Amino acid sequence: MNNPQLNRHGELQHLLTTEGLPVRIMLDILDRASSFLDAAGRETRKVPLLHGKSVFNIFFENSTRTRTTFEIAAKRLSADVVNLNIGSSSTSKGETMLDTVDNLCAMHADMFVVRHSESGAAHLIARHVAPEIHVINAGDGRHAHPTQALLDMFTIRHYKKEFHNLRVAIVGDVLHSRVARSQIHALTTLGVPEIRVIAPKTLLPAAVENLGVQVYHDMAHGLKDVDVVLMLRLQNERMQGALLPSGQEYFKNYGLTEEKLGFAKSDAIVMHPGPMNRGIEIDSRVADGSQSVILSQVTFGIAVRMAVMSVLAGNNK
Amino acid sequence: MNLLIKNGRLIDPRNGIDAMLDVYVQNGCIAAIGDAPDGFVAVRVIDAAGLIVAPGLIELAARLREPGFEYMATLESEMYAAVAGGITSLACPPDTDPPLDEPGLVEMLKHRARNLHQARLYPVAALTTGLRGTELTEMAELVEAGCVAFSQADAPLTDTRVLYRAMQYAATFGFSVWLRPQDSFLAKDGVAHDGEVATRSGLPAIPVCAETIALSTMLSLARETGAKLHICRISSAAGVELVRQAKQQGLYVTCDVSINHVHLSEMDIGYFDTNCRLNPPLRSLRDRAALRAGLLDGTIDAICTNHAPVDEDAKQLPFAEAESGATGVELMLPLMLKWARQEKIALPDALGRVTVHPARVLGIDAGHLGVGSAADICIFDADACWRVEPSALQSQGKNTPFIGQEVQGRVRYTLIDGQVVYQNQEP
Repeated sequence: MNNPQLNRHGELQHLLTTEGLPVRIMLDILDRASSFLDAAGRETRKVPLLHGKSVFNIFFENSTRTRTTFEIAAKRLSADVVNLNIGSSSTSKGETMLDTVDNLCAMHADMFVVRHSESGAAHLIARHVAPEIHVINAGDGRHAHPTQALLDMFTIRHYKKEFHNLRVAIVGDVLHSRVARSQIHALTTLGVPEIRVIAPKTLLPAAVENLGVQVYHDMAHGLKDVDVVLMLRLQNERMQGALLPSGQEYFKNYGLTEEKLGFAKSDAIVMHPGPMNRGIEIDSRVADGSQSVILSQVTFGIAVRMAVMSVLAGNNK
Repeated sequence: MNLLIKNGRLIDPRNGIDAMLDVYVQNGCIAAIGDAPDGFVAVRVIDAAGLIVAPGLIELAARLREPGFEYMATLESEMYAAVAGGITSLACPPDTDPPLDEPGLVEMLKHRARNLHQARLYPVAALTTGLRGTELTEMAELVEAGCVAFSQADAPLTDTRVLYRAMQYAATFGFSVWLRPQDSFLAKDGVAHDGEVATRSGLPAIPVCAETIALSTMLSLARETGAKLHICRISSAAGVELVRQAKQQGLYVTCDVSINHVHLSEMDIGYFDTNCRLNPPLRSLRDRAALRAGLLDGTIDAICTNHAPVDEDAKQLPFAEAESGATGVELMLPLMLKWARQEKIALPDALGRVTVHPARVLGIDAGHLGVGSAADICIFDADACWRVEPSALQSQGKNTPFIGQEVQGRVRYTLIDGQVVYQNQEP
């Protein structure tokens, strides 16, 4: 099986997942993202790298935040941006996802940024489109959210400099999380020696340890001496379906409080992909505290998405 | 018409024959094997040199998609595909629209199938009205109309009391109940085996206990009621073990496996290949090994294809949204042969799993070439290679995990009642 996100020269054709993404490409994206940031790491400047190109944000699942950061990133690269919030309404009108994509291709799209509620949707679109079109997966079901993971890696590198000496814990609903899966693959690729997941058994997928992680069910042991804490969002609907009894009980056991953060190294950083549920998975004092780098993630997210788009646009062969 | 099939290697698993013997067909029946009957003059001669002459294959689960799903396939297309696959008798599950839950529908289907002069059709009727799992169908009437067994197909039957009573009622008349073991609560929204691939790909999963819990219930109820139980499409190592134990304890139960599960595992899903979206889900390599072991030791009686043609659009969707199923009737022979070669099983033994054993499950006198029986015959070239391509398939469904693969074993002639209903001389 060919890696569906690389072209025949081994270059990035689509960004679909961090699984199997070569380390040289990952580092290229991170380095390029640095170049888009000013010296203080706060501002991205406008560059003409995607001038004359059309980027279509097609969101079959709503997300204001991710869509906005992609939009800003594309505009800073001087691309023309079209946003489509398709939701689930168009499929109920009888148009299939690939029909929609075909229509947009006919409007001369150069790049698609796709979000969909089903795992594998971005792969399907990538297989379907003409070879000059690039697809960026902005989140598919529970499967992957590679730009989120790459911006998380960028943030970790920014604060910790290296990957090879880190202990990283991922806390929360790994079962339903595309972010967690993409983080795990990115962390293992970049050589992080110890990755932990911390969650109750109802929120962990089968054989998760085969992904290269150690499984913990309590915060005291799981967070002990870690350098990075990656929090995951807990969807409210998890209380239905008998996965969890209540938000309060979850917070008591797995919510990140100052007390629990105390188990980690004193210079540990706290990250969250947003949007946060304060008082469910994270306490406000931690979210707004000195170890939180959550707002940096948002800023870096724009630079990383610019980097992904510019790497893809440079691989037109 | 008198027909002579000469120079072929005759394999009849039920009668223990594997020899170079000619077959004489008269009035649609096998008139003699080996030596010509007195005064036999052949009107037609089939030269089967280099070919194997076997009983027509028997398929336990072929969805013909009529009534209700004609956009996926038609009775005409699938009945022709079946004989192109060497199949001369087939059972069709009741999950049509409307479901096969009343005698009129069954009679209509049988009548239309008969007029096509292709494979013999054995409808499996719905166990409950509308497959809703609440009320019993008119089983005796349905049997009179031509049904051979009762099933829920893939529809859930969550109320155990209804299942208990359905099996009691079926047992009253000696009717067979065919059930696919899957707990519908545990399988809810699931599309893949609860293992490494689902974890990596983020696909909603179906744990093995969904099969074993349902299977335990079914086996308990079979013991309790004395119903003739056939377990459809077993998929897991733990499931095979439960059936093995039940058989060892003397319970009358039969079991089949789909040919897809004999060859494939969750790994074949790869990058969300919707052709591998199947019910039950493809499970782990360990499960596949156990299914093969179950076939070898007879725990699993028969191989079926679980034929389910699906239109292309319904597969061009994200994995979980894609329609489940694979077309299969034309792949039964080559995939069975592939299994036999891999496991080094003698051809007569392997052929038994798609002829005489499924015939027993169906309770029909077929799947053998005994003198006096209907001349339902499959003549095939066990060595001929061909590529599974859309254009090579007669089925309207082109959806199979084996698409693009080279397979070995090609049907040359299919005969029903001594009539050649299919022939193929292509290399």
